[in-house]
Amino acid sequence: MTVNLSDSDQEYLNGEQGPAAASAMRIIVRLADAMGASELLDVSSAHIDSCLYHGPAVLDFARWLEDQGGKVKIPTTLNVSSLDLIHPDLYRGDANWGEQAKLLMDSYERMGCKPTWTCAPYQLEERPDFGEQIAWAESNAIVFANSVLGARTHRYGDFIDICAAICGRAPAAGLHLDQNRKGEILFRIKEINASLLDRDVFYPVLGHFIGKNTGSAIPVVQGLPSGIDEDRLKALGAAAASSGSVGMFHVVGVTPEAATLEDAFQGDTPREVIDVTIEKIIKSRDELSTVSNSKIGAVSLGTPHYSIHEIEKLFQLIDGNSINPEVKFYVSTGRDVLTEASLRGLVKPLEEAGVIFVTDTCTYITPIIEDIARPVVTDSAKWAYYAPGNLGVDVIFAAVEDCVASAISGSVSVDSKIWSGA
Amino acid sequence: MFFLVAGEARGEVLKLDEPLSFWGGVDPETGEITDLRHPQSGMSVKGKVIMMPFGRGSSSGSSVVAEGIRSGSGPSGIIMMEADEIIALGSIVADEIYGKAMPVVVVEKKQYETIKTGDHVLVSKNGLSLL
Repeated sequence: MTVNLSDSDQEYLNGEQGPAAASAMRIIVRLADAMGASELLDVSSAHIDSCLYHGPAVLDFARWLEDQGGKVKIPTTLNVSSLDLIHPDLYRGDANWGEQAKLLMDSYERMGCKPTWTCAPYQLEERPDFGEQIAWAESNAIVFANSVLGARTHRYGDFIDICAAICGRAPAAGLHLDQNRKGEILFRIKEINASLLDRDVFYPVLGHFIGKNTGSAIPVVQGLPSGIDEDRLKALGAAAASSGSVGMFHVVGVTPEAATLEDAFQGDTPREVIDVTIEKIIKSRDELSTVSNSKIGAVSLGTPHYSIHEIEKLFQLIDGNSINPEVKFYVSTGRDVLTEASLRGLVKPLEEAGVIFVTDTCTYITPIIEDIARPVVTDSAKWAYYAPGNLGVDVIFAAVEDCVASAISGSVSVDSKIWSGA
Repeated sequence: MFFLVAGEARGEVLKLDEPLSFWGGVDPETGEITDLRHPQSGMSVKGKVIMMPFGRGSSSGSSVVAEGIRSGSGPSGIIMMEADEIIALGSIVADEIYGKAMPVVVVEKKQYETIKTGDHVLVSKNGLSLL
């Protein structure tokens, strides 16, 4: 299969827009070919995940583009990297690794990307509109853009993000196209207590369950209350994109392409129906912890980056108490959100209580946590999913309320009553 | 069968029981599967022809694939049942910047099921064959 290129695409490929644009276009066309795309389409923004340092190859790639004169053509934001530039002392990793990571970050800035350094670009002031074609990387951002905003991005990975940003073009395939946004598997919420459905902690667990049972299909969830807030949808999507390769989900009556069940399936029938029972949810919840009861070393919140509302909620939960001196309490967030939180007077009292804000990066992708010998408590299914492998740490997944209570007391404190089921 | 990324690979097959996210799941320096929840955790992908039905997880996977090709600790080829562009892209970029591609092929379920861990295979422009 060959990709039909426009005259402009061909000009890029021929080097008429410079060598970097030609290289970027060549990679886009090769990927388009692999995806079975018949043509390319315009994209109006990009979100770059390539700025996270994984070793020499990613820096070689950035320099290869930059040395050829690479510059982004469309508004482009940057995902988290390996360093916290606002709180540089938090980085506890290898110095050389840190230097290479900084070189990578600088290279992307010089190519014209905005130094947003957040995995939650949908929390920034400017975000894509419904129906807008974009090229986003970072699995949680992809699933949020598609599902919650109704913007359209395929599951882009590192490298292609910057190529799309340089050319303003992406393969017309995958989740860019109507027919590929159709629901495929129906998840029916069955007899789960309304009070559990009204807890933040339910949503990452549901997402973890859905991801494990969806593979790369598009799940549709039926039976959730209307008006679920964005933070809960964020947690659901991030979890589903970790345990599965979910790039989009629908929640009937909630997300913009699923006003009705028929809309979610575009008039078709589900190829599989899965009932979500309290037993399955509790099993999924338990899968997210590697240990249960013990003294804890740290709490980590904010994967994906905490929103301003989540920081406000945390402020209320801490309620003037102090974090136990034996416990480090990390909250990862975007630098823009941290500025807003500071303006609202939330940062200083939280820091005085013992909260350590982490920006520009996240505690599970770079060495920040001081003590990884003792378990870490988190409210994030994504963190719980990846941190044990990345950091070699034990994890306890818990509701944010329990995270705070545990941090104040120094040992795990979980309110199990909320899981009592139907 | 069709190529997501063209190339040649010869090696022993490691057929994964579950899809693997390369990022957070494979150490790019050693090739070891580090995802503790993965049934083949602790095994190595280095030099192997990896089989997995479809891709999973973080979009940083492309970088880990490219790094594995650069360092020589990655798989020598990947056989899938569903196209996965995160994996394909890592190999395309390694080809562009280092001139080293790792073939990624998509095969029918029937053929996928005939190959098992420990088999030796050749992936080439002539197709996929058991050695």
